[in-house]
Amino acid sequence: MMSEKTSDLMLSTSHLTMKFGGLTAVSDFNLEIRKNEIVGLIGPNGAGKTTAFNVITGMYYPTEGKVLFKGRDITGLKPHSITALGIARTFQNIRLFKEMSVLENVLVACHMSINTGLFGATLHLPGYRSRESEARRFSMELLEKVGLVHLAYEKGTSLPYGQQRRLEIVRALATKPKVLLLDEPAAGMNPQESRELMDFIRKIRDEFDLTIFLIEHHMQVVMGVCEHMYVLDYGVTIAHGDPASIQKNPKVIEAYLGVD
Amino acid sequence: MLTIIALAAFAALAIIANSFFDAFTLRVFNLCAIYIVLALSLNLLNGFTGLFSLGHAGFMAVGAYVCALLTMTPELKDMNYFLTPIVPWLHNITIPFLPAILIAGLVSAFVGFLIGAPVLRLRDDYLAIATLGFGEIIRVLITNAQAITNGAQGLKGLPRYSTTFSVWITAGLVTLFMVLLMRSSYGRAMKAVRDDELAAEAMGINVFRVKVTSFTVSSFLAGVGGALLGHMITTIDPKMFTFMLTFNILLIVVLGGIGSISGSVISAIVVTILMEALRFLDEPMNLIFFKTEGLPGLRMVVFSILLMVMVIYRQRGLMGNKEFSWDMLQGLFVKKGRKGGDDV
Repeated sequence: MMSEKTSDLMLSTSHLTMKFGGLTAVSDFNLEIRKNEIVGLIGPNGAGKTTAFNVITGMYYPTEGKVLFKGRDITGLKPHSITALGIARTFQNIRLFKEMSVLENVLVACHMSINTGLFGATLHLPGYRSRESEARRFSMELLEKVGLVHLAYEKGTSLPYGQQRRLEIVRALATKPKVLLLDEPAAGMNPQESRELMDFIRKIRDEFDLTIFLIEHHMQVVMGVCEHMYVLDYGVTIAHGDPASIQKNPKVIEAYLGVD
Repeated sequence: MLTIIALAAFAALAIIANSFFDAFTLRVFNLCAIYIVLALSLNLLNGFTGLFSLGHAGFMAVGAYVCALLTMTPELKDMNYFLTPIVPWLHNITIPFLPAILIAGLVSAFVGFLIGAPVLRLRDDYLAIATLGFGEIIRVLITNAQAITNGAQGLKGLPRYSTTFSVWITAGLVTLFMVLLMRSSYGRAMKAVRDDELAAEAMGINVFRVKVTSFTVSSFLAGVGGALLGHMITTIDPKMFTFMLTFNILLIVVLGGIGSISGSVISAIVVTILMEALRFLDEPMNLIFFKTEGLPGLRMVVFSILLMVMVIYRQRGLMGNKEFSWDMLQGLFVKKGRKGGDDV
């Protein structure tokens, strides 16, 4: 494994540690994600999975350690700059813009690529107009691809739960990311829906040439889709490897089931 | 099409109003326009960017004073500044109204930017309190900067530049500006910040910059509104710009619907007219069973009741966050068929 060249390393962290006062939420987390991989981060509740995500996306500044994106140190950048570099994320508890339509939700994510000043936008100058219509076309195309196009003018929050999750993913895709971070995309879904979602994730990975890092709570869900997994428990990485070896790892079983 | 007719009808009304209304009615009519500007400026912050700011009167004061100082003639300044003479560099400046009002707006915007940059790191109630504090600080500074602002005596005899046309054209331009802004990508970014800051940030929006921009633009509009107000009343003093003024504008915004441009416009007109029409309540009244000795402030009770009714039955304000459209008007006349259920 280690003999592979490091040039296709998309996202990595070294000795990432995040402490909140006396509590160490994530400790010495070393992540390596290669291009076009789907990597899973699993662990019981409160294991520090979302904290790891928040540190990577710049919502928190790590106590120690570094986050590298394509070899570049991105530790401490603002979340919006990290998104601009090409790391997009979704949230565990869906965070759609509640007063906006489905299309507008996606268009917000295009704001960055429309890249306009206040006055250019307000006066609808020609440069802005062409970028705006391009963004609209692009957003509709994305919605088309995930089968939400007929709902484009509905309010985002009025959609059923599963579609809201999809919309969140589409919104993240609209920022044209290279790495997509999904925080419990299958939360609250039944096994059938989860399976469909995993197929969907694989599909977008191929279609948009993405590298995907996802958090999941249920191990079974991600076994099929991930090529590589990390297991966190109380902030400590207790195992990493391919799904088969994770499933057999006694430490993992202990963390999930407990031992007498 | 209907919009053009409506606009033409309104322009006609403005012309008629200008020539036939008596001075008092005309003044109320023009005051409506000024309140439209002010309400929209506050709605940009509170309604569209989700920043609860209470410092608006301060920015209006800046606008009103800057504009007044720029348009007053040296003789007028000599008459006003009888206690402490005005600083020499301001004494001889007299420029026309249009550039003066733009400069007034820009100065307010600059002050807004200076205050906004640190204060906007706060959220919600903390932001409200901080902006309220800064609004008062501006007022106190104006009161004490005797050599520049003439302190507590205020300025009297400003040229009466706020004519029916100038105020309504300003109101029209500001409304147009807001509509275009909210339809643009920048407006969407503002609404995204309002709806979910974290998600907006994660979608690559520079939340802080959007907030500061919104605050600055809002201050600009408040400055313009303040300048218009000053030149309508023709006398300004620091006591005009207390928290009560902010409250009046906030009332308009809340009644009209937080996040609705048309709501603010309609509500600005209604509230301004009611504010005058209900003036009889403040005077001594002789009802059959009891007499009142004149209760100053009774008309404000009406607004309080109105606000309470609104809070109970229509939390989102008159227009919610929807915009006026002709279809909506048609919908009202056709029938109130299936309704309800979408409120909760």
